Amino acid sequence: MGIIDSVENLLRAKGQPGVAGIWEEEHAFVEAARKTHEAGHKNLEAISPYPLHGIDDAIGIPRSFIPWVTFTFGLGGCLFGIWFTWWTSTQDWAINVGGKPMWSLAAFIPVIFECTILLAALSSVAAMILINGLPKVDPPTIDPDLTSHKFALWIPSSAGDTTQVKELFKSLGASDVKEAEF
Amino acid sequence: MLRREPLVLGDKTLKDVTDDICSLVETMPGAKYLATLLTAKGLFLIYIVAQAMTVIYGMGMMGISHPVGWGTDIITFVFWIGIGHAGTLISAVLFLFRQKWRTAIARSAEAMTVFAVMVAGTFPILHTGRPWLGYWLLPYPNQRGPLWVNFRSPLIWDVFAVSTYATVSIVFWYIGMVPDLAAIRDRAKNIWRKRIYGALSLGWRGTAKNWNHYEMVYMLLAGLATPLVLSVHSIVSFDFAVAIVPGWHTTIFPPYFVAGAIFSGFGMVVTLMCVLRWVIPWFKDYVTIHHMENMNKIIMTTGLMVGYAYASEFFIAWYGGNPYEVFIFVNRATGHYAWAYWIMVTCNVIIPQVFWKKSWRRSIPVMFVVSIFVNIGMWFERFVIVITSLHADFLPANWGNWAPTLTDWGAIVGSFGMFFFIFLLYIRVLPSISIAEVKPCLGVGKEEGGH
Repeated sequence: MGIIDSVENLLRAKGQPGVAGIWEEEHAFVEAARKTHEAGHKNLEAISPYPLHGIDDAIGIPRSFIPWVTFTFGLGGCLFGIWFTWWTSTQDWAINVGGKPMWSLAAFIPVIFECTILLAALSSVAAMILINGLPKVDPPTIDPDLTSHKFALWIPSSAGDTTQVKELFKSLGASDVKEAEF
Repeated sequence: MLRREPLVLGDKTLKDVTDDICSLVETMPGAKYLATLLTAKGLFLIYIVAQAMTVIYGMGMMGISHPVGWGTDIITFVFWIGIGHAGTLISAVLFLFRQKWRTAIARSAEAMTVFAVMVAGTFPILHTGRPWLGYWLLPYPNQRGPLWVNFRSPLIWDVFAVSTYATVSIVFWYIGMVPDLAAIRDRAKNIWRKRIYGALSLGWRGTAKNWNHYEMVYMLLAGLATPLVLSVHSIVSFDFAVAIVPGWHTTIFPPYFVAGAIFSGFGMVVTLMCVLRWVIPWFKDYVTIHHMENMNKIIMTTGLMVGYAYASEFFIAWYGGNPYEVFIFVNRATGHYAWAYWIMVTCNVIIPQVFWKKSWRRSIPVMFVVSIFVNIGMWFERFVIVITSLHADFLPANWGNWAPTLTDWGAIVGSFGMFFFIFLLYIRVLPSISIAEVKPCLGVGKEEGGH
């Protein structure tokens, strides 16, 4: 039971209470997100069905660091490929194939290249999954249309006065304002 | 100023897009779909029976013998790997070039890549004759020494290239689907649909921070898949080019194979899209005649590249002054298999020229027929490369012909059944157009000053 419990604990999404505002138009939503951010709400979450142009600047999200992961693991894959072809072909069990040199670097390049790509690709995806807190079971849903045609801003209750946040969302043109876990 | 053509027709709202694309997953299929699926399944059974015969009774069931030791399995392997390349080209290369028209066809093209590589992967394993020992191709610590694989062999390069390609393509395809799977999850009324798509969507939430990392990874995967796809068919061509057999031992092979792969792959995408537009009427709003025309332009361009490669091979054979090389090329065009050579030239170089005329490259019946010819022509290109070079090499005492047996035909025809069966299942189970990628393109070509 101990293991199952801890796995479940890891995968179970934990929502926290907060205030959500719903918008139905993309440009108004990005503008509202910018103003909410400017009003000093740094714990803002902006939920949208597709990636929005300009939202990163509007709420101050820095450029993703994932290219560094890709580069590091790509380099690692390349070095592994070089070491592995060298070790298997010249050290561990060297076999003379048609009089070719034991260390045939040119012939090993395709394999080294594929190791580089494979590790770079898989590590980037793994980094994205980890940093986004995936996979999760039953994540709290503010509104099922947020993956279809609506947009939402959400601020945790712990960040400040909820009535004030509600007023702010309404003044920025939210079509619906409610308390919701996320 | 040139006006951009709209990418999505019919003034769709965001909700319409979700409704349209999810409807395929949420409704029961009709008779037309089931009939197509069962036909494909019937062909798939032929494939299973044909390949089971080679496993049970041995490779002698196929037409291969001395001196033609590579036959249907290798020809059809190269054919299917080539088909897969257009999917990566559309989803990765056109993404890097910011070609927004790719969004409607990218998902299905990627699915085509994954399934084509799956079909292709079965052939070389079965061609070994002892597929149950297929894992010997992988370098793993073993009790035979450990005896490692020979990293100098192009066949091992192929194992690495194709398996990496399959892995990265599946990951790229799946990661692209995660937000769309979340959309199906959130719409689900049925508890099991909600659970299954909830698990598949990994619990996606769609916050701006999520999208920020997601888009970065998508771009990185596109950037990694681009050199990968070029490497894969280059390495497939090394299977031939590294040998000293006349007609194979040429440096033009890698670019020639890559161009041919893109050519044949786009042929298959056009075939599939024509069928989807016919079976699912609303597909026409997303995969418009504009999309089809763009693909036909690529078919014509790559067809010309392939034609140039055919001509260049002949020129170099003559200019290189190697009598064996000259013989093999004259033999290809005038010898025992000349019919195959001229089918190849007709289908790949001559027929696609109809796309010079705008009304023809925008005509569904014309492009459907041409795309079928492209598929046939590209299968024969690999036939010409594999069979003609092997059947008459250096010593006349070594010459011999190759003819397909019933098992060969079963494997060739049946492999299409396997491909279409999996593809048709995918159409009704997973979102067949990228919902999250189409939505930002709704305004293209419609509003003033849109970019």
